[in-house]
Amino acid sequence: MSDVRLENISKRFGDTLALEGISLHIHDDEFFVLLGPTGAGKTTTLRVIAGLEKQDDGHVYLDDRLMDGAQPADRDVAFVFQQYSLYPNMSVYDNLAFPLRSPLRRLPEGEIRQRVTGAAEKLRITHLLERKTARLSGGEMQRVSIGRAIVRQPRIFLMDEPLSNLDAKLRESLRVELKHLQKTQGSTTLFVTHDQIEALTMADRIAVLDQGKIIQNGTPFDIYDRPATTFVAQMVGTPRINLIAAEWQDGAYRTPGAALSFARQNGAAAEKVLVGVRPEDVRPGAGDFRGEVMLVEPLGVETILHIRTGEITLLCVVSGLSSIQLGEVLSFGFAVERLHFFDMNGRRL
Amino acid sequence: MANVANAPRQKVVISTRVDKVSTGARVTSSVRAAIAVIVALIMLIPVAWMAMTAFKTRPDAVAVPPKVFFEPSFEGFVSLLTSRRQLTNDEIAVYQQRTDLGWADQIALIRGQAITGPSAFPRQLLNSLIISGVSTVFSVGFGVLSAYAFSRFPVPGKDDLLFFILSQRMLPPVVVTIPIFLMYRQVGLHDTHIGMVLLYTAFNLSFSVWLLKGFIDEIPREYEEAAMVDGYTRLQAFRRIVLPQATTGIAATTVFSLIFSWNEYAFALMLTSDAARTAPPSIPLVLGTGGIEWAAIAAGSLAFLIPVVIITFLLRKHLLRGVTFGAIRKG
Ligand SMILES: Nc1ncnc2c1ncn2[C@@H]1O[C@H](COP(=O)(O)OP(=O)(O)OP(=O)(O)O)[C@@H](O)[C@H]1O
Ligand SMILES: [Mg+2]
Repeated sequence: MSDVRLENISKRFGDTLALEGISLHIHDDEFFVLLGPTGAGKTTTLRVIAGLEKQDDGHVYLDDRLMDGAQPADRDVAFVFQQYSLYPNMSVYDNLAFPLRSPLRRLPEGEIRQRVTGAAEKLRITHLLERKTARLSGGEMQRVSIGRAIVRQPRIFLMDEPLSNLDAKLRESLRVELKHLQKTQGSTTLFVTHDQIEALTMADRIAVLDQGKIIQNGTPFDIYDRPATTFVAQMVGTPRINLIAAEWQDGAYRTPGAALSFARQNGAAAEKVLVGVRPEDVRPGAGDFRGEVMLVEPLGVETILHIRTGEITLLCVVSGLSSIQLGEVLSFGFAVERLHFFDMNGRRL
Repeated sequence: MANVANAPRQKVVISTRVDKVSTGARVTSSVRAAIAVIVALIMLIPVAWMAMTAFKTRPDAVAVPPKVFFEPSFEGFVSLLTSRRQLTNDEIAVYQQRTDLGWADQIALIRGQAITGPSAFPRQLLNSLIISGVSTVFSVGFGVLSAYAFSRFPVPGKDDLLFFILSQRMLPPVVVTIPIFLMYRQVGLHDTHIGMVLLYTAFNLSFSVWLLKGFIDEIPREYEEAAMVDGYTRLQAFRRIVLPQATTGIAATTVFSLIFSWNEYAFALMLTSDAARTAPPSIPLVLGTGGIEWAAIAAGSLAFLIPVVIITFLLRKHLLRGVTFGAIRKG
């Protein structure tokens, strides 16, 4: 049973307000992702939970126990740092055994050996155990850091962009491994990333953080299908969502520069709106609008089309390799029920 | 050549395999090594001369032109380590008959002297060892602790404090010798080991705080933080993680502190007289009966040099990395 609750956490560094009233509740067994751009306060949040940084305001509860004054060692959390933090001059084995040899635990060496080899097998680093950490590749180092966290059963794993320093292929495979590990071990994890794909693929729940504030908190579906602001909408999904400014005219939202119109939907009542259209919701082939194909990017599974209509260029994704040619003029429509309406301040209507 | 097959197609300049290095590169590096050896030899001439003088007899030591080849003698060492009495001619005759004389007595007898007991020099050398050793341990120990605090904690008035600490080093010792002399006389620290240890510790501390802070700043905080999250207290993390990482800096600071307090002359001359007198002010005072005992002085200097050489030799690996101050590779 582990359960992490943040109540109204604020943290200031000199003049920068790093966190502003953060409240979160991470449940047992949950894979919770903090998603945000650089400088959003993700690392600071983790450090406050671990007790490495003292919040100015608010409370941290671990398993319903108030932890505000507790030392990092007494909080029983595991931290995978953003930068490599393997102890140099120690072998991989000793690095993995280090948390287990802590005076708080005093495990017998036999059990330590068992747990270390167990963790090493899970992460497939058994062959590295005798090596010095300075001679490892980036991917190997990151596995060892993760290993150092999973040798024990902490209340929560705090992972600070553990995959960000890796190349794309390694990142993908570690992503799968981590997710698998989390599900088989049933461990509570707070995972920080600025990569939306990581967030969407791994998370049970996501909190989107920007400038020290939580913008939205929900399942990947909520975040993707019902983004609370244009910031969230732009943050998740590749290619990016199309945001089109439109005005209420003659019973529909119409774009000033292009001949696009959108029917009003569920309560959108503002004069001016931003209409969000995910690229996959632009349907070429049939519809009321016409545009010219400016660029075709075939990616194999899907093809990205840049369609120009009036002064607007829309991104559009179609599955598979498309036969649509550059310069072609085609008609297209929208998946009307999947449009997002935001007010001019970016809030969802 | 045996392994032509796996030799590189182009000549390389640096390789661990000698047979792969081009002749040009090999010549260049030989020339460089030769120059280094020559410079080292030139630097060593005074030291070598001192070592030779230590083994000369009194006439050989002052011979003109200087003697490069001579018959070695322990006269200098005997003069350094013993106190002697001049014998009358009658006594010399008696002594020459005796068969129970040790080799040192015989050397003294050549000059018509009899050994009356050990000299003060061994004790002074011991004083030097104790005072510089203990003060080095203190200044490095306190230095590591305060450097760590300055490096990691938001100490109020940090910059001013650091500057204040550095400013302790700005006055030349001679300027403060007299006030310290008067103070020490008042509080009874004059000519005591504790007094000298205190003084040298205070003097070296400023330097060691600054030097060590640079090294500790280089050690990423994440290491200790990881250890703290892993179930260690800050102090345990400091001992298990930070200290091993700072060995280079600690070694360098140790040698610098040690050399300073080992060589220190002005304070020692003023503040010690007997019980706590160290070697540096004593060596020039090894005067025999009549004339300067160059051989004894050289022997004293040689004995004085050896501990520093040993320490530096033991710590050489750390020092070589230490002289690139702050250019330590980050783990
Ligand atoms: N020790 C510190 N001193 C001063 N400012 C800090 C400190 N730590 C963080 N900040 C500031 O707080 C804000 C949040 O930083 P934080 O490291 O939490 O961001 P992040 O979301 O982890 O970013 P990144 O994706 O780049 O790691 C930033 O503006 C940063 O400059
Ligand atoms: Mg960060």
